Amino acid sequence: MIKVDSIHKSFADNHVLKGISAEFEQGKTNLIIGQSGSGKTVFLKCMLGLHELDAGSIFFDGRDFNRMDFKERKEVRKELGMVFQGGALFDSMTVEENVMFPLNMFTNQTRGEKLMRVNEVLDRVNLNGKNHLFPSETSGGMQKRIAIARAISMNPKYLFCDEPNSGLDPRTAIVIDTLIAEITHEYQMTTVINTHDMNSVMEIGEKIVFLKDGHKAWEGTSDSILKTDHEAVVDFVYTSKILRSIREKN
Amino acid sequence: MNFIEHIGKYFIFLGRTLRKPEKVSVFRSMTMKEIDILGLNSLPIVSVVSVFVGAVVALQTAFNMESPLFPDYLIGLAVRDSVILEFSPTMVSLILAGKVGSNIASNIGFMRASEQIDALEVMGINSANYLVLPKIISLILVNPMLIVLSMALCIVGGWIAGEMTGFCPTEEYIYGIQYEFRPFNVAYALIKTVVFAFVIATISAYQGYYTRGGALEVGNGSTRAVVFSSMLIIFLNYVLTQIFLTN
Repeated sequence: MIKVDSIHKSFADNHVLKGISAEFEQGKTNLIIGQSGSGKTVFLKCMLGLHELDAGSIFFDGRDFNRMDFKERKEVRKELGMVFQGGALFDSMTVEENVMFPLNMFTNQTRGEKLMRVNEVLDRVNLNGKNHLFPSETSGGMQKRIAIARAISMNPKYLFCDEPNSGLDPRTAIVIDTLIAEITHEYQMTTVINTHDMNSVMEIGEKIVFLKDGHKAWEGTSDSILKTDHEAVVDFVYTSKILRSIREKN
Repeated sequence: MNFIEHIGKYFIFLGRTLRKPEKVSVFRSMTMKEIDILGLNSLPIVSVVSVFVGAVVALQTAFNMESPLFPDYLIGLAVRDSVILEFSPTMVSLILAGKVGSNIASNIGFMRASEQIDALEVMGINSANYLVLPKIISLILVNPMLIVLSMALCIVGGWIAGEMTGFCPTEEYIYGIQYEFRPFNVAYALIKTVVFAFVIATISAYQGYYTRGGALEVGNGSTRAVVFSSMLIIFLNYVLTQIFLTN
């Protein structure tokens, strides 16, 4: 479980996160949603330690990340997997080398053992046989799957995804969402997904945290989000005319 | 951000970079790759420029020494001293600052813009050390070899020009390049080269590493890398010459 306790983050005069607290449960797909500029990405980057907090704490299964020294943080980081918005694949490396990268850096396995693990995770994301392609030779959906394969190659306890289906067509987006949800349940990971895609919310959102102007404005499940009267959430969910008319009819 | 802040940030960056590598086997293979990309790929430009500059120095020297009081071997002597003391270590380093420096800055800048550096950090890898240290080591190893090659090719270029134009017969030229040769000059040139290699690698990497934004900023970072490393090379050239040749 990841517990976030009253975190604040500013950039110069811009106060982005204003005392957010939340809990993200193990074995569930936890979604952070909100409009662009609501602080989602900064929130995620703070949890990953890419931004230092101004105040507050982040606990990974009770371990206070902000009070850790460099070595302790490094140990926690080995338990993290991250799928970046653009994939962040190393473009000078093949698919196989990308997925093998964390194994090369942090394990003393033989090449055969590493290759076996790479093939296992590539098979899990339905990319078997694509080992020798370069990221530039793959489609957007494949790049997301390679990024997922790389993120889970070390069997992480925590998986973070920043807009995992941005730039994908709706069908591929659902494939990626479903894959992340399946992996989360299979490996019992604590998964935190940053998104503004309502399809993702309805498909895989087991716990949802809604951010607005750097505050946690609402939290609930994919069922309760459709029923809430919270003004900001309603504004966000029922953006299109079609959805608004459905809501009004109901 | 002001100049003083940049200097402080540069030294913090160096502090993060100059550490023991995470995994020696990975570091070794990265360094070998960089030697190929940054060093061996520079061979053609260094070779072509060196041969022609050597030839031009020989011709200009001959043109300025038409008096029969000056012996022909002075052409070989002039070529040797000008390439060893200045052209090869300084001018070739400036050329490499343009070619290699922009490559380093744009490569690392693109990695920053496409979140590849964030991906390394999330994994718990010291990205500055992982990306930059192999580049520093490879340039420090390869640039002195390129500079020695450049010296040799300049002298060959001067000989070809002298022989082809008839300004300086081969025997005179060979006598000239051996005349009162000071091995310390080569050592001085190599010391300068190592310092310049460090400057090219670290200034360019710094500019790339702290790129913010997209393609435009990557391009601007690359330009700044070439400008700042060239300026620092010129400045340090003066300082090192003052230290080594005037005492």
